Amino acid sequence: MPKVKVDGVEIEVPAGATVLQACELAGKEIPRFCYHERLSIAGNCRMCLVEVKPGPPKPQASCALPAAEGQEIRTDSEMVKKAREGVMEFLLINHPLDCPICDQGGECDLQDQSVAYGRGGSRYDESKRAVTSKNMGPLIKTTMTRCIHCTRCVRFSEEIAGVDEIGAIYRGENMQITTYLEKAATHEMSANVIDLCPVGALTSRPYAFEARPWELKKTLGIDVSDATGANIRIDSRGREVLRVLPRVNDDVNEEWISDKARYQVDGLTKRRLDKPFLRKDGKLVPVSWSEAFAAIATLNPGNSIAAVAGDMLDCETMFAAKKLLGALGSTLLEGRQTGMDYDCSSLAAVNFNSGFSGIETADAILIVGSQVRTEAPLVNVRLRKAVKRGAKVFLVGPEWETTFGGEFLGEDLSVLNALPQHVWEALSNAKRPAVIVGGAGIGRGGLEASLSIASQLNFVRTLEDGTVWNGFNVLHLSAARMGGLMLGFAQKGGIADLVAASPKVLLALGADEVDFAKFANSMVVYIGHHGDKGAHAADVILPAAAYTEKNGTYVNTEGRVQWSDKAVFAPGDAREDWTILRAMADAFGVSVGFDSFEDLRSAMAAEVPALGTEGLADYGQDLPAGGGAASGLIAYPIKDFYLTNPIARASAVMQQCSAELLHAGEIAEAAE
Amino acid sequence: MADRYIEPDSPELRARWGNFAWTPENAEKAKDVLSRYPEGRQRSAVMPLLDLAQRQVGAEENTQGWLPIPVMEYVAAYLDMPIIRVVEVATFYTMYNIAPIGRFHVQVCGTTPCMLRGSDGIIAACKKRGMKAGHISDDGLWSFTEVECMGNCASAPMVQINDDNYEDLTPERLDVVLDALARGETPKAGTQEPGRHTVEPSGGPTSLKAMVTENHDYRGEW
Repeated sequence: MPKVKVDGVEIEVPAGATVLQACELAGKEIPRFCYHERLSIAGNCRMCLVEVKPGPPKPQASCALPAAEGQEIRTDSEMVKKAREGVMEFLLINHPLDCPICDQGGECDLQDQSVAYGRGGSRYDESKRAVTSKNMGPLIKTTMTRCIHCTRCVRFSEEIAGVDEIGAIYRGENMQITTYLEKAATHEMSANVIDLCPVGALTSRPYAFEARPWELKKTLGIDVSDATGANIRIDSRGREVLRVLPRVNDDVNEEWISDKARYQVDGLTKRRLDKPFLRKDGKLVPVSWSEAFAAIATLNPGNSIAAVAGDMLDCETMFAAKKLLGALGSTLLEGRQTGMDYDCSSLAAVNFNSGFSGIETADAILIVGSQVRTEAPLVNVRLRKAVKRGAKVFLVGPEWETTFGGEFLGEDLSVLNALPQHVWEALSNAKRPAVIVGGAGIGRGGLEASLSIASQLNFVRTLEDGTVWNGFNVLHLSAARMGGLMLGFAQKGGIADLVAASPKVLLALGADEVDFAKFANSMVVYIGHHGDKGAHAADVILPAAAYTEKNGTYVNTEGRVQWSDKAVFAPGDAREDWTILRAMADAFGVSVGFDSFEDLRSAMAAEVPALGTEGLADYGQDLPAGGGAASGLIAYPIKDFYLTNPIARASAVMQQCSAELLHAGEIAEAAE
Repeated sequence: MADRYIEPDSPELRARWGNFAWTPENAEKAKDVLSRYPEGRQRSAVMPLLDLAQRQVGAEENTQGWLPIPVMEYVAAYLDMPIIRVVEVATFYTMYNIAPIGRFHVQVCGTTPCMLRGSDGIIAACKKRGMKAGHISDDGLWSFTEVECMGNCASAPMVQINDDNYEDLTPERLDVVLDALARGETPKAGTQEPGRHTVEPSGGPTSLKAMVTENHDYRGEW
């Protein structure tokens, strides 16, 4: 642990820290463009120059200089001030003065740092360089004249995303950042380069010229487009959500989010259910709330009522539905819309136990039936980190383009019954072995077979440092799944039990993936926000709020309870889901025991205490032994990454991504 | 440095170079090049292999050779590396031609020592033959680039034509060299000054003269 002096104050820094990190530990701000904590060190912008003794009598790039015992670092000397002014002046030589028409304005590192560290004027009166803008696809808008060649985007795509799409071609003054032949960046996380870009060279195309950052209301939210529960900031103006940005949470999403999480929000204003509908003579007719509830009151279901929870539901809505059904005497709750019926008696057996930051440290990983890249791009990033640290990865399922290598063992679940010798050895010799069971691998005995591997090889163990390692992981696809399972939205036989009960009334809570043909004899009451598959099949539609329009509790696939805040109001006559269920209780003449959101939350916390506190829920470390044989061909559930939920399907940006990035080159045939 | 741009990808380019593959001799050479690098570091061979590919293209079209996009893709696939990394290398180094080039690539040094020794006249002589930057002459023979110092200042002015340097030039001497090249001959590379072998002082030594006959220790005189 070297001791260094920063501006005369002695501090101790961790071994291996750079001078820049030492300065930050001492509370000094070091301006920088190319340096980023999560990327490799490039050292090419020179903005972080400081004076270091002992050393050559010139300023040194602090980001690339290791802190060493006895260094005297100055960040406030005349030399440093002049160096920063000089670097800034050079950076601005070729940077256009177009801040008034630049989308980065107001959140631009170059703008801020030139105010803070620049010399206030330029001595340059030659022509400026101009660079043609590059096509990087439907999400990233480029203005490459503004580029200062920090290469953060290049390093991101190579190191984090794992697809070498972006590069710096030509040299010197002619250097240009581009994708190969200006093809669109196709990675699921590609838009993160927009956040990384310290200037306005890469900006958001869908958000272009929409708003200035200071006009926006920032709300802390949780993403529901997949089960990772990425922490997001929802930027809204008036009643409209304009964009979504990642928040830093090292345990969940670090500081990345998937393109779907970022860009599906324009779907929040399209295809919305903004008034109640009743099916009259086979047609859905808009009605008022009182008419809708009058119609519901006549249904009189008694205990012949069931509820199906959709993929993007918050726990409060599910709890309110559970209470309503409970008051009516029914327990027919289910969240696994597509018919999965894996055993949920032990929540630890259906949880991502090692955690996202834990899976990074695994040294042998078996992935069963999960196309991680599309199902949970943020977990894919973690897997890539694990492989970089030397982990071996084996996959069961049809081959897909991984960003971390790995060996595909076969397409059939029966591989699990007798793993190849070298895989078994790799897993049994590993210090931190892990298995990840995905949505396609959990059924047909896959979960039990994986559990059996886990128990035979002791995936739950106490490590040398005394911590408990639990390498058994299930990677769910839907943001509502773990919350739903904690609230008991699971029947033994899955949704088939609901079909068998043939309920008089089926509450579809944002459920769009259900096969409603099987519920032909039920009255389907759809409570949701988008006019998608569920609404088409509904007899009564009650318009509800999307995830940005209500406070909510979400549990991600690692059992992490997180709270999301309401950013905007739901459009039109739409109401927050829990109020609809509360009003329904009145219509049915029963009492659910809560009258306000606070009541509802405390009732929920009383019933399921884990949902009352943010953080990882404790499901224990005891895994069932599993056993039995698995068999069946694996088919991944996500066919189109960009169109997995009703919001994304309504989003013009997501549709464009799907058409241009996934289905490019397919010639649309005109319907005859 | 002259502006360089990649020859745009086009169906014609794909048709012409899409099925580029090593010739049998070059395949041997490529294997040899690969074997020079330690296991796992094969991608380091990208530079010699790009050079080899450029020479093969040159041999095919009887020019100095260049690197069409499909050829870069072939090299990338050969080394199992991302194509953008290959393009980065090829566009960085000016010895890789990334646009079509003539039979002879005349690179005239115009840096100060050569300029003082008359590179303006050399450039004018080139221009007279219809050479201009970024352009192949109509007969397909000449491409022209004005470059910065090539490290032959002692025998300035100089030009580099394909793999050879021609030094101590005057416009007349350059004409002799270019005419010979145009006829398909191979003129003597190096200095064109009669009586000079390499870069020794022309007309005999001018300094350290006492060193010619014996090893003289100058240190006492300092």
